[in-house]
Amino acid sequence: MRVYGSIFRIRLINGLQYRSVALGEVLMRFFWGLMEILAYAALFRTGQGNFSMTFSQTVSYVWMQQVLFVLFRVVVGDGDIYSTIEEGSIAYELVRPVSLYGRWFFQSAAGRVVPTVLGSLPLLLIVPFLPGSCRMIFPSQAGRILLFVVSCVLALGVVAAFAMLMYISLFYLTSQRGIKIIVTAVTHFFSGGMIPLRFFPDRARAVVQCLPFASMRDMPLQIWCGTMTGPEVFWGMMIQIFWLAVLLLAGYAAMEHALKRVVVQGG
Amino acid sequence: MIECEGLSKTYRVARREAGFGNAVKALFSREYETIQALRDVSFSVRDGEIVGYIGPNGAGKSTTIKTMCGILTPDSGKCVINGRVPWRDRKKHVREIGVVFGQRSQLWWDIPVAESFRLLRDMYKVEPAVYRRNLEELTELLGLREILKTPVRNLSLGQRMRCEIAASLLHDPRILFLDEPTIGLDAVSKLNVRRFVKKRNKEHGTTVILTTHDMQDIEALTGRILLIGKGRLLLDGNLEELKKHISPKKTLHIKYQGKTPRLFEGIVLLEEKMDDTEAMEGQMKLSLDPGGLSVSAAIEALAEQTNLLDVSVTDITAEEMVAALYKEYEI
Repeated sequence: MRVYGSIFRIRLINGLQYRSVALGEVLMRFFWGLMEILAYAALFRTGQGNFSMTFSQTVSYVWMQQVLFVLFRVVVGDGDIYSTIEEGSIAYELVRPVSLYGRWFFQSAAGRVVPTVLGSLPLLLIVPFLPGSCRMIFPSQAGRILLFVVSCVLALGVVAAFAMLMYISLFYLTSQRGIKIIVTAVTHFFSGGMIPLRFFPDRARAVVQCLPFASMRDMPLQIWCGTMTGPEVFWGMMIQIFWLAVLLLAGYAAMEHALKRVVVQGG
Repeated sequence: MIECEGLSKTYRVARREAGFGNAVKALFSREYETIQALRDVSFSVRDGEIVGYIGPNGAGKSTTIKTMCGILTPDSGKCVINGRVPWRDRKKHVREIGVVFGQRSQLWWDIPVAESFRLLRDMYKVEPAVYRRNLEELTELLGLREILKTPVRNLSLGQRMRCEIAASLLHDPRILFLDEPTIGLDAVSKLNVRRFVKKRNKEHGTTVILTTHDMQDIEALTGRILLIGKGRLLLDGNLEELKKHISPKKTLHIKYQGKTPRLFEGIVLLEEKMDDTEAMEGQMKLSLDPGGLSVSAAIEALAEQTNLLDVSVTDITAEEMVAALYKEYEI
C-alpha cells in the first residue's frame, strides 16, 4: 500500500507546480456559481413554489458543486496518463513491480485532489459570507458533514474507477477525443453537473439515481444540502459502494486483457 | 542468464491507399497487413556479459528488448531470464532488471529529480540503507549532486540521461537494458555514459544489453554483437567477425578551393557540390579501398591538383555495415 501512497504524493507535488491555473479556476468557479444562482433565483421567483428543493438548499448545492467541480469531473486533465498511452512511455510503467491499475487509479485520484484543494477550497472562504440568499449555509449537524465527507471519498473512488475504463479504452482506440466528448456529456448531465438530480421528473429520477453517475457527484451534494437524509443516505452510500466495486472489478479485468495485447510502437 | 529460443512476433497494421475515397472506405472495412517483427530469434547471454544489439530502424531491436522486459508477449518461442519467463512472471521479473529507453523518460517532468527517485525507491521497495548507499554511489559516479534538486524540464539532455541511468539502477538490478542510451548526446556525455556502464559491469557484475546506432558505443563497451535485420538474427559474434563481412572501404570528405580535382584510378565519386562558384569553393564525397590506394596517397594526389581546405576520413557506419550484410544475406 505504501507505494500507492507515494504515487498519490508525487502526483500531489507535481500538481502544486501550477499556480496560475489554480487562480483561474477559483475565479471561474465563483462567477459560474454566481450565474447559476441568479438563474435559479429567477426561476424560483416566477415558479409556483412547488420545487423539490428549497432555494437555500439549491444555493448550497450549487456552491458545493462548484467547490468540488474538479474533484468529481470524469474527464479532467490527466494528461500524464493519456500521453503515457499515446506516446508509448507506458513501456516504463510496465517494467515496474507495481500493478498498473493501482498506479493509475491513485495517480488519477490525486490528480483531482490537487486542483480541488488549490483552486476550489478558497471558494469555501468566500461563499459562506456572501450577502443575502446567495450565501452557502453549512449543515448544522456534525454527523451530516461526516457523512458528506465519506460520500465524497466514495464518489471520488467511483469517478477514478470510471475514468480508468476510459484510459483502458485508449489501448484499443487511436485517439482520445471521441471518447472524451461522449463521456463528458453523459457523466456531466447524469451526475447532477448541469442541474441537481432532484429537479429531474420523478420517474426519470428513480432510474438516474441508481446509475453510477449519480454516485459520482449528486449523492454527496444532496447529503450536504440536506435533500437526502436518514435511510436515503444509507441506501445512497450502498449504491456508491456497489458501483465502486463493480467498476473496480471491471476495470481490473479490462486492464489485464488490454495488457496482453499491448503493442508499444517505435524506438 | 538469458536464454531466448525461437522468438517470433507479428504485428497487424491497418493499411490503405491515400485519398478521401479510400479513407471513407476504411471506415467500413479495413485491410490489415501482418508485419513480422521477429522471426525465430535465438541467443543466450551469460551473467556479467555486455552485449551490443544492433540493426537498422525497424529491425526488431526494441521488440526483442521489450519482450525480454516482459512488456510484450511473443507469438511463439521461449525466453527464460534468471529462471523466469518475463511476460508470465512480469512483476517478479522486473524487480531484477533495470531499463533505460533513450527516447522516453521515466522521470516526472516538472518536479526535481530526487522526487522521482523516491517514488522508484517505494515502487521497488528498496531498503532505506541500501537506497542511501546506492544513491550516494550513483550521485558520485554520474555527477548528479548539483542536479538532483532541479526539475527535470530544466536539465540538459546529457544531464537527464545520467539521471535516467541512475534511476534504472537504484534497486540493484542484475540485468540492465539500455535502449539507445547515447541518442542525441554530445561527445563528452557519450564518453561519460560509456565509462559509467563499463565500470558498473566490472564492479557489480551487471549484465548489460545495449542497443545503439553508434558503433563507437559498441567498440568502447563490448566485443559481442548481435546483429538483427528484418526480424532475423543475422550474426552473433564479435566486432572483428562483423568487420570481415564488410568491405574495408573508407569515405573521404574534402573541401577545396580552386580547380575541381580530376578523379583517378582507385577512387570513386559519391557526391559533389559547389558551395561558391565565384570563389571556386566546393565539396566532394569520395570512396576508396585502402587495399588498392592508401589514404595518404589519395590525399596527396588531390592536394597536388587543388587547394584542400578540409579533409576528413571515415569508416563506414553501422547502417552501411548492415546494408552490406543485407546484400550478403539477400534480404
